[in-house]
Amino acid sequence: MDYLSTIVLLAVSTALINNMVFHFFVGNCPFIGVSRRVDTAFGMGAAVTFVTTIASLLSWAMTYYVMAPGAKLTAWIAGLVGYQGTADLSILSYVVYIFAIAWAVQLVEMYVRKYFPPLYKAFGVFLPLITTNCVILFVCLEIMKHVGLGAPDPWGLDKALIYAFFAGAGFLIAIVIMAGIREELDLCDVPKPLQGPGITLIIAGILSLSFMGFTGVDASLAKIMHPKRAEPPPAAAAVSDETARPGATSP
Amino acid sequence: MSSEPTGPGPLDRFTGGILRENPIFRQILGICPSLAVTNTMEGAVTMAGAVLFVLVCSNVMISLIRHLLKPHLRILVFTLVIAAFVTVADRILAAFLYDMSKQLGPYIPLIIVNCIIIARCEICAAKQGVWTAVTDAVGQSLGFALSIAAIASIREILGFGTWFGQWFGWRVIPVAPPAVWSPWVVMILPPGAFVTLGLLMGAINHLVARSRKAAA
Repeated sequence: MDYLSTIVLLAVSTALINNMVFHFFVGNCPFIGVSRRVDTAFGMGAAVTFVTTIASLLSWAMTYYVMAPGAKLTAWIAGLVGYQGTADLSILSYVVYIFAIAWAVQLVEMYVRKYFPPLYKAFGVFLPLITTNCVILFVCLEIMKHVGLGAPDPWGLDKALIYAFFAGAGFLIAIVIMAGIREELDLCDVPKPLQGPGITLIIAGILSLSFMGFTGVDASLAKIMHPKRAEPPPAAAAVSDETARPGATSP
Repeated sequence: MSSEPTGPGPLDRFTGGILRENPIFRQILGICPSLAVTNTMEGAVTMAGAVLFVLVCSNVMISLIRHLLKPHLRILVFTLVIAAFVTVADRILAAFLYDMSKQLGPYIPLIIVNCIIIARCEICAAKQGVWTAVTDAVGQSLGFALSIAAIASIREILGFGTWFGQWFGWRVIPVAPPAVWSPWVVMILPPGAFVTLGLLMGAINHLVARSRKAAA
């Protein structure tokens, strides 16, 4: 029960409260570029979710066994050559993550081209550009923060995969909502300078305001699932909420 | 030199990056950092500096190896070069500007997937010489810096009432009574970022359209 509630809280706080687009601002290029029609947007969101999950699997394994401070494989090799102290390869992590992401994107591209040719056409240039989608790298970096010696709240593979999947799902929710609004917007009379990206960004602002309403849902959920315990379990709800919002505590 | 496909000259690239092809307002690239780090001027300036460093270095590098690039592998090469330089920038910031490095958090490594840099490698550095690539990189970075400084100024002044509040502590809107102004908290939260950028983009489109009409 405790495990289940941690997972549910992690999922809800990732997909809704700390939504990738509306809270962390990552994945904005496809969010603005591919949100013209609902079906394309859904395909894009699904592809991003899939790639994120695969890439997080790879990057978790690489981080846990090779790159984190004190990782097992590296420590073993370091021991073979007689190196004393903690082996730390985390300086390589950005390059390795980009490799993992590029590999996963290539996989998805080949799969979609073979089995869903119309979807492949609809994506156009945006499919290879998933490589440069911030959501995926952001998820990998978030996983890196939670693996290795001295990580405040160590994640196993299960938590990393659930985080990645629901981060993608949050992106999917955001881009589908946006595409639905923009389909209706075609019938509206938008002032000429604001047409296109301008009005999309303003709508995104209003949507992000409404997503702020989810703040605190995790605490209430925790209360429902643990009626006896007064305080909410701190681990899942606090997933990098403070650290990743720059300047939240300025003068 | 003569066999190469010619593009705009160095000076053209430089000024184009600031005005005509401004990365944020005209090409709509690099939206993520322009929203995420612009609630204070310090964040915006640090981010612009990091982007300048990475863009100049990777443009030079790509321009030097442009004859070795294979078409189907070039995006991967671009990303790996950029990732290497971003690692350098990240370590430098962590060493000398630890507070800013903490504050910007994951957005420094996210420069790797910033579309501006890949787009400049693809459009300019992979086709033209080193000198043109450098001016292009500097021009684009200045355009980027000016854009995010504009957004950050609006957001910090309206949200905190300060300008460079953490570094220099300049107050723009006095706090002394009579209190005629209360800070707009929403401007430093995510919605303020989206709305500010949207409205600025609209304003710039309007100005461009008007100057075009005046010229015609």
